[in-house]
Amino acid sequence: MTSTALRSRAWKLLEMVTTPLLPSDYLDLVSPLRAGADLRGRIEAVHPETGDAATIVIRPGRGWRGHTAGQYVRIGVDVDGVRLWRAYSLTSPTDRQDGRVTITVKAIPDGKVSNHLVRRAKPGTLIQLDQPTGDFVLPEAKPAKVLYLTAGSGITPVMGMLRDTEFDDVVMVHCAPQPHDVIFRDELHDLVADKKLRLTEVHTDTDGMLDIARLDELVPDWAERETWACGPAGLLDAAEEHWSQHGVHERLHTERFRPSIVVTGDGGEVTFSATGKSVDADGATPLLDVGEEAGVLMPSGCRMGICFGCVTPLKAGAVRDLRTGEITEAEPGVLIQTCVSAAAGPCDIER
Amino acid sequence: MTAIDPTAHLTAQQIEELGRELDAIRDEVIADRGEKDAAYIRKVISAQRKLELVSRGVLLFSIFPPAWLLGTAGLSVAKIMDNMEIGHNILHGQWDWMRDPKIHSTTWEWDHVSPSEQWKHSHNELHHTYTNVIGKDNDLGYGIMRVDEDQKWHPFHLGQPLWNFLNACFFEYGIAAYDLELGKNLHKRRRKNPEFRARAKAVGRKIRKQVLKDYVIHPLLSGPSFLPTLAATFTANLVRNVWTHSVIMCGHFPEGVQVFERRSIKGETRGQWYLRQMMGSANISGSKAMHFMTGNLSHQIEHHLFPDLPSNRYAEVAVKVRALFEKYELEYVTGPLPKQVFSAWHKVFRLSLPNKKPEVETPDREQELVAA
Ligand code: FES
Repeated sequence: MTSTALRSRAWKLLEMVTTPLLPSDYLDLVSPLRAGADLRGRIEAVHPETGDAATIVIRPGRGWRGHTAGQYVRIGVDVDGVRLWRAYSLTSPTDRQDGRVTITVKAIPDGKVSNHLVRRAKPGTLIQLDQPTGDFVLPEAKPAKVLYLTAGSGITPVMGMLRDTEFDDVVMVHCAPQPHDVIFRDELHDLVADKKLRLTEVHTDTDGMLDIARLDELVPDWAERETWACGPAGLLDAAEEHWSQHGVHERLHTERFRPSIVVTGDGGEVTFSATGKSVDADGATPLLDVGEEAGVLMPSGCRMGICFGCVTPLKAGAVRDLRTGEITEAEPGVLIQTCVSAAAGPCDIER
Repeated sequence: MTAIDPTAHLTAQQIEELGRELDAIRDEVIADRGEKDAAYIRKVISAQRKLELVSRGVLLFSIFPPAWLLGTAGLSVAKIMDNMEIGHNILHGQWDWMRDPKIHSTTWEWDHVSPSEQWKHSHNELHHTYTNVIGKDNDLGYGIMRVDEDQKWHPFHLGQPLWNFLNACFFEYGIAAYDLELGKNLHKRRRKNPEFRARAKAVGRKIRKQVLKDYVIHPLLSGPSFLPTLAATFTANLVRNVWTHSVIMCGHFPEGVQVFERRSIKGETRGQWYLRQMMGSANISGSKAMHFMTGNLSHQIEHHLFPDLPSNRYAEVAVKVRALFEKYELEYVTGPLPKQVFSAWHKVFRLSLPNKKPEVETPDREQELVAA
């Protein structure tokens, strides 16, 4: 018998010892970051960067596969007892000796997770992790000239790149409202002093928004540069158009913060993605009724919100709890009780 | 269905007002639910796991009587925690709001021979929706007992004190059979129904695993302590079964609890539904430890009003609910465990004999029957 087969036998036996729990349920009590556990991380430090941004130092579990500069990671954080998932760019270099990784988070107004991480996260806290992902990364072959075009927290994936790989000729144009809003400002200026970077800061409070046509004067040879751009949609849209117009769009790499704008209103188009049906629903009819009426096989029970026999994944959009008026927005892993929820805008129910 | 309806003095308007007041109590807790509650359930789960682990460890040496006693006591408590404060409440969806897939009604499995999925159907759905409605809520006597004067008497009921005692000892099996609706499904034709067979198989699998673990693997691991460990796990299961059975009997069987006719719930409003839960449930009074060990089902009334609120909140909710009982002049049935258990058993004995029609019972006659 091979050793893997032997090990799986032993594991089966162990499962018989712990049933109905799994051996890992017990192991998690003592060693949540061990190899083979669900991927988690432990927050080890929180360093403020600006008034509303902080770098979180995370020790990932043994199953962490490592990242490429520019990638992001999804993390699950418990905020007020509720697990919420968000994606953040990794800002640490890939060869960090102590095995820790960092993300840098800017608190956005009303951002539950970002405000929690910047202002309330404590060292020692366990968080959930996914493997790093994303193709906003540097190529294998080093380009001769590089331009980083960033705004606000769009600087975070680029900082991961800057810290990871040195190029001979790097220019950065970064936009932030005021000098003290520039994340990593000291480090950037150190790089400038060491002649490793040429930096233009655009302070939008005084200089106004960056007009992409001005790039010609800020970086005259921009069209020859391999460019990585990250920031708000407006900036990226303008950049894409500009690069296309000059016929060099293949030199531009962009990373968009995924639009997390969910339209909430009263009712909307409900899609039952597994069945492929869509119907219009008002804001007062329970989704259970909407589905049944449309001929979708909906699980149900009490039909009054007490038995949890109707819980179903909400894949997209938002729903309103008919009892409390509370809005629930789609996120991976979010389940809703269809008998007491109505459409609060277009939504997608996995049925 | 007692001769006098204890809610007769309430107008329809008052009943709806009562419903709104209860909704407000619920909303308040939901708005305030958060980190502390999440920390609570995590702590309880982790404590349960540690207690079970340590107790099983001690039982490896159960050949020594003090180790046997300690291990058996610990394992009994661990099993009670698993079933009551943790399993029952998680399966009610009380902790689903945390969005932690490991502490969720759709994924949780408990140390019980009835699989979570089946139990959720018969308990959450049937019992909690049709609480105390004769013919709809099978929890009323679990289909083997007569618990109200208006239920038809049958000579079979003469044995119900015995059935109830056996049910207490092997309660988890009773529940599994009940979730399967075994009585009804054993008829030849039904037995072949593929849906029933699949469910029966699931129960079989669960029983096999639990039995193997408690009565084969752990005793074997104990080596020379094989027999004492076997006795210990058997005892722990017995203790857990009798305890949960007692707590659950106190929830709906004590004297003073109302049952309802099928037609009374036709077109029931939210206020009426609440009122039925209030009149159909009973509490157990006692210390914090008592509430914890009953999985807060000592707050059965509050649990039935708000089955999906986190259990650690029932104590504070109870104060407000009780005030509403007073305001609306309704009887809040509660008492210490021994009193409530006695009251429930009393009813089991009394109704094992036929009665004429409702008014018949007098205190004297009850005494005689219990003695009989
Ligand atoms: S059907 Fe019972 S909670 Fe939705």
